[in-house]
Amino acid sequence: MLRVSGLTYWYAGADAPALADVSLRVGEGELVLLAGGSGSGKSTLLRAAVGLVPHFHGGTFGGQVVTGGLDTRSHGPAALAAVAGTLFQDPETQVVMGTVRAELAFPLENLGWSAAAVARGVEEAALALGLGALLDRPTHELSGGELQRVALAAALAGRPRLLALDEPTSQLDPVAGDELLGVLRRLNEEWGTAILLAEHRLERCLPAADRVVELQGGRIVADAPPREWLARTRATPAAQLFSRAGLAGAPVTVKEARRELARAGWRAPAPPAPAPPAPPSPAVAPPAALASPAPAPPHGVLARRRARREAALAVEDAWVELRDGPAVLRGVSLHAQRGERIALMGRNGAGKSTLLKLIAGLIEPTRGRVRAQPAALLTQHPGDHLLHETIGDDVPESELAARHPRDVSGGERQRSALRLILAAPADVLLLDEPTRGMDPARRDALAQRLTTRTGVTIVATHDAEFAAAFATRVVLLGDGRPVADAPPAEVLAGGWYFATQVARVLGGAGGALTPEAGARVLAAHGVGDADAGGEPAGASGDLAARRGAAS
Amino acid sequence: MRRSPLHATRAGVGGAWCLALGLVPLVCENPFVLAFVLAAEVGVALLAGLRRPLLTAVKWGVPFALVVALINVLVTRDGATVLFRGPMLPWAGQVDFTFEALVYGLVLALRIVAILLVSVFFAAAVDADELLRALRRVSVRSGVTAALALRLFGVLRRDAARLADAQRCLPGAGVSRLAVLHAVTTGALDRATDVAATLEVRGFGTGVRPPRMPRPWSRHDVAFALSACGLVVVAAGVLVGAWGGFDPYPRVSAPVDWVGVAVLACAWLPFLDRRGL
Repeated sequence: MLRVSGLTYWYAGADAPALADVSLRVGEGELVLLAGGSGSGKSTLLRAAVGLVPHFHGGTFGGQVVTGGLDTRSHGPAALAAVAGTLFQDPETQVVMGTVRAELAFPLENLGWSAAAVARGVEEAALALGLGALLDRPTHELSGGELQRVALAAALAGRPRLLALDEPTSQLDPVAGDELLGVLRRLNEEWGTAILLAEHRLERCLPAADRVVELQGGRIVADAPPREWLARTRATPAAQLFSRAGLAGAPVTVKEARRELARAGWRAPAPPAPAPPAPPSPAVAPPAALASPAPAPPHGVLARRRARREAALAVEDAWVELRDGPAVLRGVSLHAQRGERIALMGRNGAGKSTLLKLIAGLIEPTRGRVRAQPAALLTQHPGDHLLHETIGDDVPESELAARHPRDVSGGERQRSALRLILAAPADVLLLDEPTRGMDPARRDALAQRLTTRTGVTIVATHDAEFAAAFATRVVLLGDGRPVADAPPAEVLAGGWYFATQVARVLGGAGGALTPEAGARVLAAHGVGDADAGGEPAGASGDLAARRGAAS
Repeated sequence: MRRSPLHATRAGVGGAWCLALGLVPLVCENPFVLAFVLAAEVGVALLAGLRRPLLTAVKWGVPFALVVALINVLVTRDGATVLFRGPMLPWAGQVDFTFEALVYGLVLALRIVAILLVSVFFAAAVDADELLRALRRVSVRSGVTAALALRLFGVLRRDAARLADAQRCLPGAGVSRLAVLHAVTTGALDRATDVAATLEVRGFGTGVRPPRMPRPWSRHDVAFALSACGLVVVAAGVLVGAWGGFDPYPRVSAPVDWVGVAVLACAWLPFLDRRGL
């Protein structure tokens, strides 16, 4: 389906090749997962597979790429669209028509399908992605997650033989992300569509993958089945848990991990009762709490009232109601003391970004009030914060100070904007999906950095592993109001979707969220040996391993 | 559910109806008829849920129209009723400001506002994708250009809003409109490249003409088509002088003409049936 032979590619004016001597074959019906850090060449490889490299991006191209029997040197992206569907990271620029129906029909019309076939293709793509209710909605009214689903449906509508997907779940909540991966799996298994998928959230995708191809510095450094690759890299929390607990093997799925643990003598306790909330015990406290413990919640009515009065951040019965639409926030009350680190979670459209904008003062509540110390907000588009001619104008100490923001990679832009916001003299720090598109090593470094802050930190995120690594408190938003507000061990250990992989493996036992805490829980139950595993070699998702380096 | 019958009408018919409604103020100068046209348009805006776009258009359009009216008073020498005797200018002679010039200026202003409001309906309620699709059936390249421009406009507008927000995300930081404008314009090429890349991978570059998509005529299609025919008949009648007569000079002659009621009826009737939205 895809054959890449000796591909070397330089972007115009680049100092180093984005891809160097890459050779790869993807067979019919294969699902290949592309792994690797930011800037490793995953996106460029995907773009080469669909002909955008070199036809659209220029640069210097060596080697050969054959997609669906078409050589990309002689066939442009438009010709290749008949055999390859594409989905990039930014959904905003991937939707080109005014309504969802027109968007889905567009690629089919370009393929020369008849009117009846176009209509049928639109219906089927909409059904596959659950877009039936959105078909006549204007695309400019859709949320980021909805746009991503529409863009994927448009890529799928023509039933391509190869799908090239660049972090398709980066904008999606865990539920929508799992649903999307389910759709991809069905396409792959039932229609035989070959899929080339670049992702950072490996634990989600590995079970579906036939192979993992790891890129580093533009070169392929590994091409192996998921189990073999995972045994070497320990790149998922479950694999790290096994390593730390001194257990053999590297489970690919939660189910497999549970089965292995059962063989080792582990019996999952009954699911934890939702109430009453109990402070996490030191034995299973998340690393974030160990690094900089949050203030204990006050006891007594008067103490609580005083604490609210003295809170660094107070959102009181805040409503945000659209002029011609529904209420986005419905009576949200949130108080935070200095030193608290809050993970704001919830499905797409739950109101997370709106709440952050409200606290930052970008929007006014239609009812209620907000009292915040000076607040700094990193929006979902980090590049927006770098408005000047050079990055140095905004971040003088940056190693990229002399570069224009548009001349650096997306990851570098994201890191520069993060530095700008983290350096701001603000007591309240607000980050909106800061780990989107971020590799695990940088994600862990950011979590570590956040644990050293003394002010209030609120991060809207879909990433339960990241939340477990930095937060002292998790607020789960549902339909514009908080539906849970408790320590991470309580919220993330017992959930189905909003839960870390370790919590799902252990069934929420002991409130363990991270591999370290999970290993201690297992050891306490006489399973494995928490001291045996130590630091897993190459465990890219391991916070503790990075902590040493960071300090 | 679509917002109104006009939104539910196929783009070709909706566009034709807007053009027909715009044709009346384009050919008619009778202030009574124009007043009816404006009343019809205000009613349409309310019936179609386009109150906000209407107010925005009025906010920008009325001052512009008044300037046109004022200029007409200043430059026109015709009219028998002198309101104000101005100075004698060597190159222009006696400057008089006449009642007739004022009335005709206001008529021009009414026509400008009426046509502007029709364009608002067109932009807000007619499916641009369907029109572009029709354009692509005629000329693929023009379709590409129009699609890219249309899509890019929205992307850049949202970029500007986001960039302005981002400027307010640091404590004590203000918004520099100039900086935002500069960033949006310099980023336009990048954005155009992104959008164009998407168009490419969706196969736009193949140059295939989209198929004709036959679909049954809905009750709204029929109603708006009939309404458009009625409006065209009114405009044709004005054009041939059957009704809507108006003479501004030397003295204003504007007979009361009830053909405006027909315009009102033609414009409003299709909105009364809200079944099948």
